[in-house]
Amino acid sequence: MLTIATGNKAVAAAVKEARPEVVAAYPITPQTEIVEQIAEYVASGELDCRYIPVESEHSAMAACIGASATGVRTFTATSSHGLMYMHEMVNWAAGARLPIVMANVNRALGPGWNVWAEHTDSLQERDTGWLQVYVSTVQEAYDATIMAFRIAEHRDVLLPVMINLDGFVLSHSMQRLETLHPGDFIPPVNLPHAIDTANPAGYGTLTGPDDYFRFRWDIERSMRRSVGVIAETEQEFADRFGRSFGPAQEYRCEDADVLVIAMGTLAKEAEVAIDRLRDEGIRAGSLRIRWLRPFPELDLDGRDLVVIDRDYSFGFGGILAQSLKSRYRVDPYSVIAGLGGQEVTFDDIASFVRERKPGEERWFGVSDDV
Amino acid sequence: MYEIRIHSRGGQGGVTAARMLALAAFHDGKYATACPFYGAERRGAPVVSYVRIDDHPIRVYSQIRSPDLVVILDTSVMDVVDVFHGLKPDGKVIMNATGTREVSGHVTYAVDLTGIALSLNLVIAGSPILNTPVLGALAKLEIISMDSAKKAISDMFSDDRNTRAAEAAYQELVL
Amino acid sequence: MTEIPKEEYILKCTSACAGCPSSIALRYVLKAAGPETVLVVPACCTSVIQGAYPNTAMNVPVYNVAFAAAAACASGMSEAYRKAGRKTHVIVYAGDGGTVDIGIQALSGALERETDFLYICYDNEAYGNTGMQRSGSTPAGARTTTTPGGKIHAKKDLDGIVAAHNPPYMATACVAYPQDIFKKVRKALSIRGPSFIHILAPCPPGWRFSSDMTIEMGKLAVRSGMWILYEREHGKVSINGVSKAALKKPLPLEEYLAPQGRFKGISQQAIDSLISQRDRVAQRLLKEDEGIC
Repeated sequence: MLTIATGNKAVAAAVKEARPEVVAAYPITPQTEIVEQIAEYVASGELDCRYIPVESEHSAMAACIGASATGVRTFTATSSHGLMYMHEMVNWAAGARLPIVMANVNRALGPGWNVWAEHTDSLQERDTGWLQVYVSTVQEAYDATIMAFRIAEHRDVLLPVMINLDGFVLSHSMQRLETLHPGDFIPPVNLPHAIDTANPAGYGTLTGPDDYFRFRWDIERSMRRSVGVIAETEQEFADRFGRSFGPAQEYRCEDADVLVIAMGTLAKEAEVAIDRLRDEGIRAGSLRIRWLRPFPELDLDGRDLVVIDRDYSFGFGGILAQSLKSRYRVDPYSVIAGLGGQEVTFDDIASFVRERKPGEERWFGVSDDV
Repeated sequence: MYEIRIHSRGGQGGVTAARMLALAAFHDGKYATACPFYGAERRGAPVVSYVRIDDHPIRVYSQIRSPDLVVILDTSVMDVVDVFHGLKPDGKVIMNATGTREVSGHVTYAVDLTGIALSLNLVIAGSPILNTPVLGALAKLEIISMDSAKKAISDMFSDDRNTRAAEAAYQELVL
Repeated sequence: MTEIPKEEYILKCTSACAGCPSSIALRYVLKAAGPETVLVVPACCTSVIQGAYPNTAMNVPVYNVAFAAAAACASGMSEAYRKAGRKTHVIVYAGDGGTVDIGIQALSGALERETDFLYICYDNEAYGNTGMQRSGSTPAGARTTTTPGGKIHAKKDLDGIVAAHNPPYMATACVAYPQDIFKKVRKALSIRGPSFIHILAPCPPGWRFSSDMTIEMGKLAVRSGMWILYEREHGKVSINGVSKAALKKPLPLEEYLAPQGRFKGISQQAIDSLISQRDRVAQRLLKEDEGIC
C-alpha cells in the first residue's frame, strides 16, 4: 500500500509485518514514536505480541534477551543515552547469539542535552558483534527493518541487527512509503540453541580462555558469513518487492574522480551536491555506506575521497574516515560535520568537494580562534 | 521543487499542518516531504516546519533557506523570528490575520484562521486549531488540490468540522 | 509432613565452597519447582557454583545474565512462555548484591509489571563472588573487605521495599529450615504473578565461621530474632511458629554474633543498631501478623 509516513512510523509498520512475539522498550526522544506506535498496534490487536513496558533501556535489552532465548522473535528501539545505558546488554545479546532486532534513532550524547542527529551513539556499539545498517529514507527504514529480521535469524548469522536512522531529520520526516506483506520472506524463527527444559543446558556459564576464544571466533565467522546472507536477502527482496540497496549505495560513481562518502541522510543530501558539481564539470559521485558491520567491500582505487563523519573519536578522528583509511590504505579529506544536528546543506557538501585537501581533517563551521 | 516554510508556536499544530500538507500533495500524486525542525518542544515556543513538493523523489533534508511560500500561523512570532528570511523575490506569504498586514515586497494573503476555528468551536485545550483551516488556504493558492486537502484532513481527523474549516478558509482567502 | 521429592536437580559436581548455604537452598528450591523450570542467574556465587563450560551441575536450564539484568531478563522469558501458553517456571536466583543493590531497579520494574515469575534472593549479606565486600544487605558492625572497621550503615530493608510493591506472595526463609523453603517455593509457584522469597544464607568464609556450622548459624539467626521467618500472602502476614517463639524470648544476640569472625570487636553502637533494627522489624511484623495494621 502506498502511503506517507515518518521514519519512526515506517519502522513500527515494518515491525508489525515482521510479527515479533515480544517487544520490550523504553521511550526516548526521538525514538518514542516507534514504541508508542507498536504499543498502539498491540493494544488494538493488529499485532499479537507481548509489549513489556520496562523501566530502563538496560532492562529493555535484558527482557529481549530473556524472550529471544526461548526462541521467539523480539524487537526493541532506542536512541543515544538509551543505547549507552543498554551497552552492557548490547554486548550480551550478540555474545548470546540472539537474533534481536533493534532500531536506533541516531542522536547526540550529552552533555549538553541535545536531541538532534549524530552517529556517535551507534558507532560506540560498532565492536559489539551487532550488524549495523544506516538508512537514508523512510522507505529504506521500512525495507531495512523487514530484512533485518530475516538476516538476524538466518542460521549462518544468528547475530542481532541494529537499524540506524537519523534523529528528527529522518525519524520525524514524512515521506512516501510503500508498505508490503512480507509473507514467507521472513521464515519462522528457528533458534538452534533455544532454551529446552527437556534438554537442560547452561547458557553463558563460566567459560575458560580456549572456549571463550573459540566463541569469539565464531561470532566473527558469522559476521563474515553475514555478507552473503545480506546479499542473498537483498536480492530476494529486490526480486519480490522491487527495491534494492546493497552494502553501499553508489550515485554517479562510475566515472567519478572524487567520491563523497557518508552515511544516513547526509549521504542522500550529498546526491544533490553531486548533481551541482557535475553541472560545474567536476566528476563527483556519492558513495553511501549502508552496512557498517559487516564493513563493505569497496572499490576506491584512484579517486579522491571526501569522507563526512557525523561522529568523532576524540584523539583519533572521524570514525568512518579512519575505518576507510585503515581498511583501504586511502588518504581521504576527512570532514567532521553535522554533530548534534548541525545543519549541513548540499551547498556545504559541494564546497567540501571543491575545497578538498587529501589527508587533512576539517571541522566544518568552527575555527581555531574560538 | 516548491518549498514551504511554516512558522507557528508550539502547540498550534504547525508540525501537523506540515504533515497534512505533505499528505495532501501525496494524494495529488506528487512527492513530498515534511521535516519539522524541533527545538525544545515547549508550548508557545516558536516552531518552524518545512514542506517540499516535487514531481521527483526529494533528497534534500537540510532546512529550507529560500522558500517559495512562507505560512505564518501566529503573527506574534514575527516579533522574534525573521519569518521572511530568504523568501524568494517572487515568493508569497500566507498569514493568519484579519485584513492585510503590511509586508514589503511580497505578495501576502491574509486569512483569519483563528476566527474560522473559533466560529466552528474548533478548540483544543483552549487553543484554536489552525492546522486544518490552513490547508484550505493552501488549496486556494493551488499548492494542493482542495480534494486532496480534505482527504488529508479526514485521514488524520474524524471530526468533520476540520474539513469545514478548510472550506471556510478556501472561501475567505482572496486571491 | 510434606514429602520432598527424591529427584536431584543439582548434581554432585558443583564448585561450591564447603558448607555453602546457597547450594543447599537451591537444592530445595529446585526440588520444589521440578524439571519444567528455567533459572535466571545474574552475577553471584551461583554463576560459579553451577560449574564451567562445557559442564553444568544443574539439571534444569540455567540462563546466566549480567549483574543488573536478572529480573528484566526473566520478564522477557516469562512473557514469551506465557504467550506460547507454557507454564514453565521462571525463577531468578540472585544474591543480595544483584538484588538489593545493582539489580533493585529491574526487580522493582518486574514487580510493578506483575511479571509472572519467582524472584529468590539468597542473602549472604555481602558480595561473596568477589571476595566479601560490603553490600547494602550487610548488617551494621560486620567487617567486610571494604568495611574493615565494621559496617556503619544498617542493613537495607529489602523486604520492606518488595512489600511496598504489594506482590501476591512474598516470604522469608533460611537454609537451616529446608522444608520451609520447599513449602514456600511450592506456594509461590502456585500463585500467578510475581512472588518473592528472601533466603538468609549464612556463608562460612564470608561470615568467618566453620564450614560445618552453616545450619547452626541459620538457626541462631532465627532464634535470636535477627532473621524472622514469615510469609505475606495477598498482604496478610503470618509468622512461622519457630520465629514467633523466638520473638517471645530471643536468644541473647551475643550467641549469634560470637561465632562469627565478621563481628569480632564489634562496637556497642553497632550492637545497639542491630538490636533496634531487629526490634523494629519484629514489632512491625508481629502487628501485621495479629492484623493490627
